[in-house]
Amino acid sequence: MLPRLVLRLQPSALALYGAPVIALIFTLAFGYVLFASIGRDPLAALHAYFIAPVNSTFGLSELLLTALPLALIGLGLAVGFRANIWNIGAEGQLLLGAIGGGSVALALWGEGVPGTFILVCLTGAITGMAWAAIPAFLRIRFNANEILTSLMLIYVADQLLGYLVHGPLKNPQGFGFPESRLFSAEAQMPLLWDGTRLHVGWLLLPVAAVGIWLFLSHTLAGFRMRVGGDAEPAAAYAGFSRPGMIWLSFLLTGGLAGLVGAMEVAGPVGQLLPTISPGYGFAAIIVAFLGRLTPLGVVLAAHLLALILIGGENVQMLGVPSSVAQLFQGVLLVALLASDVLVRFRVVWSTPARRAA
Amino acid sequence: MMNRRTLLSSSTAALGLGLTATVIPANLRAQEKLKIGFVYSSLIGDAGWTFMHDEGRLMLEAEFGDAIETAYVESIDGGADAERVVRQFASQGFGLIFGTSFNHMNPMARVAEQFPDVKFEHATGYTQLPNMAIYHVRDYEARYLLGMVAGSMGNSLGVVASYPIPEVVRGINAMTAGARSVNPNFTTKVVWISTWFDPGLERTTADALIDQGVDVLAHFTDSPAVVQAAEDRGKYVVALGAMDQYGPKSHLTAMVYNWGPYYVERTRAVLDGTWASSNTWEGISRDMLTISPLNAAVPADAGAAVTAKQEEMRTGAFHPFAGPVLTNTGEEKVAAGAVADDGMLLSMDFYVEGVEGALPS
Repeated sequence: MLPRLVLRLQPSALALYGAPVIALIFTLAFGYVLFASIGRDPLAALHAYFIAPVNSTFGLSELLLTALPLALIGLGLAVGFRANIWNIGAEGQLLLGAIGGGSVALALWGEGVPGTFILVCLTGAITGMAWAAIPAFLRIRFNANEILTSLMLIYVADQLLGYLVHGPLKNPQGFGFPESRLFSAEAQMPLLWDGTRLHVGWLLLPVAAVGIWLFLSHTLAGFRMRVGGDAEPAAAYAGFSRPGMIWLSFLLTGGLAGLVGAMEVAGPVGQLLPTISPGYGFAAIIVAFLGRLTPLGVVLAAHLLALILIGGENVQMLGVPSSVAQLFQGVLLVALLASDVLVRFRVVWSTPARRAA
Repeated sequence: MMNRRTLLSSSTAALGLGLTATVIPANLRAQEKLKIGFVYSSLIGDAGWTFMHDEGRLMLEAEFGDAIETAYVESIDGGADAERVVRQFASQGFGLIFGTSFNHMNPMARVAEQFPDVKFEHATGYTQLPNMAIYHVRDYEARYLLGMVAGSMGNSLGVVASYPIPEVVRGINAMTAGARSVNPNFTTKVVWISTWFDPGLERTTADALIDQGVDVLAHFTDSPAVVQAAEDRGKYVVALGAMDQYGPKSHLTAMVYNWGPYYVERTRAVLDGTWASSNTWEGISRDMLTISPLNAAVPADAGAAVTAKQEEMRTGAFHPFAGPVLTNTGEEKVAAGAVADDGMLLSMDFYVEGVEGALPS
């Protein structure tokens, strides 16, 4: 008896909701064995992973705060990925948003202009878009592979940020350390919830999620994007503009990623540093696929990823090495993505019929 | 052989057993121990900056045994994570928290203001609060000794440098001054690679420096890649953290941070109730810094000179930046008979005589 995968005509509703549950059970069992095998209390570790991060108001606010960048970028990526347009460089667009927004915050430092943070966010979104426009242009004009160009521009953005915090934007009172001044109060994101770090930027998440859902499912442009991904020749035959799709998806993701970068530096970080993102732009790619490229799915996936990110820090406080924490995170993600096979395929146990010689 | 059903039922049983056996004692355990948290900017690994901080943490465990409990979180560098991790430690009953990277300073200061009863210690920064002490090491003292060793084994140094911050510039200058004290024509080439850890880039940079003809390598980065390059290419290296296992022939000596004694002292102060915020910047004299044993290739008289200089620094008879200190453009920074003050050392933004090129600005 060998298992075979047979394509389902209709995705199974049972599998659609059951697959993540199976993946979660598998991961919990794996985690139990893993943590026990390195001599740690497995239940305490799993508790630290999944419960401790959210059983206090501060913990909950941190979950929302960490999920915000992942969800916003993931939403943008999902639109492009639907149309088979591969922007892998959201991390670079995030950094440019941080640079653009941060530069405004520093230019207005100590000027006391009320609402500076709004200008910071807008500038961040625009600089993120501008950075994303480069691979979009190269794709359309020269047919350059956008995966490579957008990816490589991350390193350019990283060096640019490094140059700025070591040079023109360095804190004059910072003893030569590579960091900007701390932004003044009016450039910082107002808090949504006192005693936490959750800021008003979070309010943009439901707006973006609903907006992108409406766009994808209720507009002609959204329909074009989906056709462009599912059947590119059909889209071309129907006269749907491929360059239009490329521009739209890059500018959307670049704008969201740039906004995220600006909100990170004007929010929890509070200044420009050589390192400002723990890789949100990369993790958002996982989030987009984990969320099956749907807006609701992306938002849920972003919170799951934020949970295991924070959980990974918590278990380290119990003596679980970070490499083991990351191994566990990897298994969870692989299990979730692999179990999706069950949604589109069903498993048939059968002995393959012997071919007549 | 176990079939699927028995595997399933035995793992369910294991889950059930775990529930009763482990949760209850954990809740009843008394929380009187001093819990000490460490925030690390990179993985501990088997050499380098974080590794040496972790050696200090292990010394704490050996020294205080059951009176304390330590925990650490690795790979926290900049961004929004640092504040959350420091705060998690503080809110989970940790009484003493060490932040070991410059990027932990502002996040730690924000948490420290919200947790006045918790003691915070930050390495390498400049913000001090009533419950947040700062500590760092006068690494230029050991760098000077490294330079003396390099100067007695070759005529030029190639430095794989991280970021042009005062600490690193100071180290480059101290090595060059040390080398020129024994070899007046010694010169130093510097390549900045804008990272603390990137084994591939460290290696290619080291290879490029060797191709340019340097005799001895030095590095401010965390991986053993530069030592391996020197070993493979038949050159010498003065390392950051003892890495002799990677270069038995090439590894002349290394600068070794010795955080343990400081950590023991500060922990004892918390246990005794005598902890007070302070600003510690000490080196060889307080055993916060040393160099690893010299390679057998280093001539005995050169080794003796290094040991003698180390003793002079311990007693305060010698300062690596004693005047005259000239920049590599000939400007006098410290007059003969004077020594560089801490203000100049902490904001050092020039190359001394013997270093080639100009600092990136």
